This record gives sequence, structure tokens and C-alpha cells, in this order.
Amino acid sequence: MSAEENTQSKDIDYELIKWHFYAFCFYLIVVLLAGLSYSLQFLQRYPFPGIEILSPGRVRMVHTQAVAYGMLANGLIGITYYIVQKLTNFNVWSQKLARGLFWAYNFLVVTAVAMILAGFAQGLEWAETPKILDPIIAVAAVVMFLNIGHPIWKARDKDFYVSLWYILATLIWFPLTYVFGNFLPEYVFAGTSGAAISSMYIHDLVGLFVTPLGIASVYYLLPVVMRVPLYSHALSIIGFWGLAFFYPLNSAHHYLWSPIPMWAQYASVVTSIGVHVVVYTVIVNIIATIASDWKQLITNFPVRWIFFGTLAYLITCVQCAVQVTMAAQEIIHFTDWVVGHAHFVLFGTFTFWVTGWVYWLLPRIWKTPIYSMSLARWHFWLSLIGIAIMQIDLLAAGVVQGLMWRSMAPFIDTVNASIPFWWVRTLSGIVILCGEVCFLVNLYLTWQDSRGFKPELQIDSSTQVGAV
Amino acid sequence: MKMIERFSGIFLFAGLLLFSFAVLSLGIIPALMVDRLHPRQGLPTVVPHEMKEWYSTVDVYQKALLRGRDLYVREACWHCHSQYVRPVSNESAYYGPVATPGEYQTVLHLPQLLGTRRAGPDLSREAGRHSNDWHLAHLYQPTWVVPESIMPTYTWYFERDASGVIQPKDDAKALVAYLQSLGKDFEDAQYVVEPEDIMLPPGE
Repeated sequence: MSAEENTQSKDIDYELIKWHFYAFCFYLIVVLLAGLSYSLQFLQRYPFPGIEILSPGRVRMVHTQAVAYGMLANGLIGITYYIVQKLTNFNVWSQKLARGLFWAYNFLVVTAVAMILAGFAQGLEWAETPKILDPIIAVAAVVMFLNIGHPIWKARDKDFYVSLWYILATLIWFPLTYVFGNFLPEYVFAGTSGAAISSMYIHDLVGLFVTPLGIASVYYLLPVVMRVPLYSHALSIIGFWGLAFFYPLNSAHHYLWSPIPMWAQYASVVTSIGVHVVVYTVIVNIIATIASDWKQLITNFPVRWIFFGTLAYLITCVQCAVQVTMAAQEIIHFTDWVVGHAHFVLFGTFTFWVTGWVYWLLPRIWKTPIYSMSLARWHFWLSLIGIAIMQIDLLAAGVVQGLMWRSMAPFIDTVNASIPFWWVRTLSGIVILCGEVCFLVNLYLTWQDSRGFKPELQIDSSTQVGAV
Repeated sequence: MKMIERFSGIFLFAGLLLFSFAVLSLGIIPALMVDRLHPRQGLPTVVPHEMKEWYSTVDVYQKALLRGRDLYVREACWHCHSQYVRPVSNESAYYGPVATPGEYQTVLHLPQLLGTRRAGPDLSREAGRHSNDWHLAHLYQPTWVVPESIMPTYTWYFERDASGVIQPKDDAKALVAYLQSLGKDFEDAQYVVEPEDIMLPPGE
């Protein structure tokens, strides 16, 4: 079962985890502002027209880069440091190296953003990081693998809790994915062949980096924060092997009806439906664990983030099995449906899960209760309502666009028909932004509080994130 | 069974074996298959008629195509414009002939620019649909030629000459040269642009 939770253990470098969470918050704002600006272009109201370095296309790439490499990577890596050292009872190979990696990594992300704005983007989806930075990031990923893999290796004779399985596998998958996805389609395989390879990167960055670390983080946090055992260890193992087998095989479903060989496309459709094995085991496990004490959904704030993140995961994945069929692709491919799907899974699921962690861990590291539960609740409800509206709106927009294209309406007519949906999308984004502003203000005030607190004022961990 | 629950099992089976299986079976093998069936082609060896005004020799024209492709990448054109026509959803009637693997086997598609989103129309059959002047005006201020367009402006590829007239820089011309090369081989094929030209598919 999961680890003894003693956050005061002096072996773990809490300073570093704090930095990673601060970076998560920083990129969160970058992401939201970039996304909001870009969405205004669709309404012909872009705030910085005619400025080369703030061209909407470049800002769009900054938005997705900051989501994957800035926001979620920082949040999840911070969580990973915590989980690995807690579960193995060993420290990372070198804490200095870990701190160095934090600065090196974030320097790379900021450089990548600056270079994309300056016009050095790479032409591969989710891999727009400029070409000259790619080898450095690959090396950093390998060093991180060695640093975090070290304590797992030292603990290899123990029974691993399932979070460690996911983390260990991700540490291997990420450098491999990165190297294959950034170098092969850039230098070796052109056109259709390149699409077959780069679709692996599009899929695996989420499927083999964000997803397993996200699942590892909830499998750890949920039992700890609820003080109940995980529902089923066996189920979590089936989910792990399902993910390891099915997820990497999903790639070509990003280019269905493309010139990629049809057998590869069919195979990716079948394995995408197989992903349900993964999804339902994870979801049943999490919901059943929460069901052992439903009351905590109301009284225990981080549990709420995990629960609704899990619901969003269920919805996206059910959606995935429908939208990935060849028939559905005829209509919804190339449309805003896919955009809605991506936002729902990356914000609704993974950002929610990381946020649950931040609400749980940061106050403990600061030894200060959250400043205002009222602001925290605003954050939760605005995020939930915002992303729900955005999802429904973009799915509907996607169906409208797809059907109009099939009817061979002039393209500009389909643009006009989408404008109302794009208005709702922008407004729902503003709702989310308001929620996140509540979050950051709340964290800032908590941090200010924490500077007045003396370390001997211990907070009772079970009640510090209070009731509704 | 105990073995796969250990470090080595997770590392070797989940981490390396299953991942390599996927990369090989759905990445490398289809890629090699396409490459084997359709050898890589070179860049165009003649300057098309409509480009002769800007590019006198093939050398300069080829350089312009590559430069245009780089601009297409850096401005993220490919995030809003796809480059393949699917065999479904009446796309071959709207855009032109369905995409084939062979047509992408050029250095212009390294990295690939198939795209996954159409906030604007597909561009893989763009050659010859509009004049060079239309493209220049459209890049400078899209709403001048398509009043309801949501495309961003690309004014930094233009400058005013001594008499105050807006002139394209070399980059703008390169981008237009690239756009006019997309689907050049299919230039004469049937497609629908104007509303009055719409041909309903049989049975509708």
C-alpha cells in the first residue's frame, strides 16, 4: 500500500517540488493568455494584429508547448519526485542534479517559447520545439531518467506500488518517444512516412508521458488523502499493462483517411478501442476507492479535483472510442471536435489532477492552511463550468463544420457558421481564466501567510484543506 | 509472474519491448513501405510560367520553394491548413483528386505538413486556383479579398516603396511560390470553388 506520509521527512528536497509547482502556476497563466489571445483571432478581434513576434500562429504553438512542456511537465515531474522518494525511501541519485535539471529544463522551455515567437519553430505537431534544442532536451530526458530511476533501481527488491510502475515505464518511454518523434520525421521520413512516425509523437506525448504520470499521481494521492486503501491492486496492474500495450499502437488514428497505409490505420482504430481496457480499470479503481467514503467528495477538497478529473477522463475516453471509428472520422476529422477533445483531456483531467496535488501538497510544504476556502471553491466551480461549456461547445461546432464541409458549402460559409461557437469558446475560456486567477491569488495569499508562520505551528493534515 | 512485477519486468517488457513493437509495427514498417513503393522525387526542374516574372532560373526557384516551405512552417500555416484530400466527405469534389502517398515524397514534405486541423481550407490542391496577386493581397490583409476571413495578416513580409506603394519582400514571393506549387500536378483537375459551381454527388 502507499507510503507512510510524513511530509516533514528531511530527505526529500521540498524546495525543488515547490519550484516545480510554482513553474506549473507560471505556465498556467502563459497557457491561458496565449489560448485566449489565439481564440480572439477566430472572432477577428486579435489583440496584437500585425506584430510579427505575436503572430497568432506562433502564439498557438506557444499555447500547446506551454501546456505540455511547461505546465503539465513541471507539475507532474514535481509530483514524481515526491512519489518516487516516498515510495522507495531512497533519495534521487543527486539532489543537486535534480535542481540543476529544474533550471536547465525550464530554461529550455522558455528558450523554446522565445524561439518559436522569433520564428524558429519546428514543423511537427506537439514537437514545435526548435530543432537545435531537440538534442539538448533528449539528453536532459536521459539524465532525468537516470536521476529518478536510481532510487527505483535501489528499491528493486521490494514490491512496487503501482504508481512506481507507471513512473518507471514513463522514464523509459519519454526519452525514446522524444528521440523518435523529433528526429525521424524531421530528417529521415518525408510526407506520408513522416506522418506515420510523427503521429506516434502526437499520441505518445500524451499517452506515454502525461497519462501514465497523471495516473501514477492519482493512484498515490487518493489513498493518502482519503486515508483508505486503494480499491484493487490487481485492477491497477491490468490497467498498467493495457496502457503499455495499447497506447503506443494508437498513433495512426490522428491521420485516418490519410495516405498512410490503410492496414496501419485500421490497426490503430482497433487498438484505440482496446484502450478502454486501460480506462475502465483506472476509472473503476478510482471511483470505487472514493465510493468507500463518498462524504469526502464534499469534505475533502483534493478528492473533488481527482473525482471530476476522473469523470472527465471517462468522458474523453468513451468519446475517443466513438470518434476514432472511420465513420465518425469522415465528419469530425479536421474540425473543432478534436480541439474540444484535447482541451477536455488536458485541462479537465490532467490539470485537475495536478491541481488536486497542489492543493494538497503546497500547504503542507508551507505549513500553512489554504488562505481562503471560498476562493478555492470559486476556482473549482469556475474551472468545472468553464471546461464543461467549452467541451460541449466545441463538439457541437465540430459536428456543424463537418456536416457543412460534406455538403460542399463554400468554406467561408462554414467559418461564418462557426463564429457563434467560437464566441462561446472564448467566453468559456475567460471563465476558466477567472477560476485560475482565484487559484493564484489564493496561493499568493497563502504563501504570504506562510512567511508569518513559525515551523513549530504544525497543521493537522487531515483538516487543513477544509470542508465545503 | 513475479518477474514482470519487478523492476526488470517493467523496464524490459513495458518500457522497451512493447514500445519498440509499436514503433516498428505502426511507425517504421509503414514508413519504409511507403518509401519503398514511392521513391523520393526531386524538386521541380522547370520554372512554371506564372513564376517566370519573379524567378528566372530553376536554381532560384527551387531555393524560393524551400524558403516558402520554411515560412509556412514558422508561421504555423500548417496548424490551420491541412494538406491532404480524403476519399470521404465529398472532399474530392470540393478540393480535387484524393491524396496519394507518392505525391508527398519530396524534400518539401520533410518534415511532413499533412496537418490535423482545417480552420482554413485544405491547400494540397492550391496551385493555380488564385493569381499571384490575389495571394499577395491575401497574405497582406486577408479581408481585402475574402471579407469574412479569419486568417491573420502577414504584413511583415511587405514593405512600402519610395512612392508609398506596398511591395512584397522576397519572403512573401517565396511563400506564394510555395503555395502555387502545392498540387501542381493536379492543376487541371475538376474542383468546386464558387457556390454556383457546386455539383451534388449522385443521389443527393
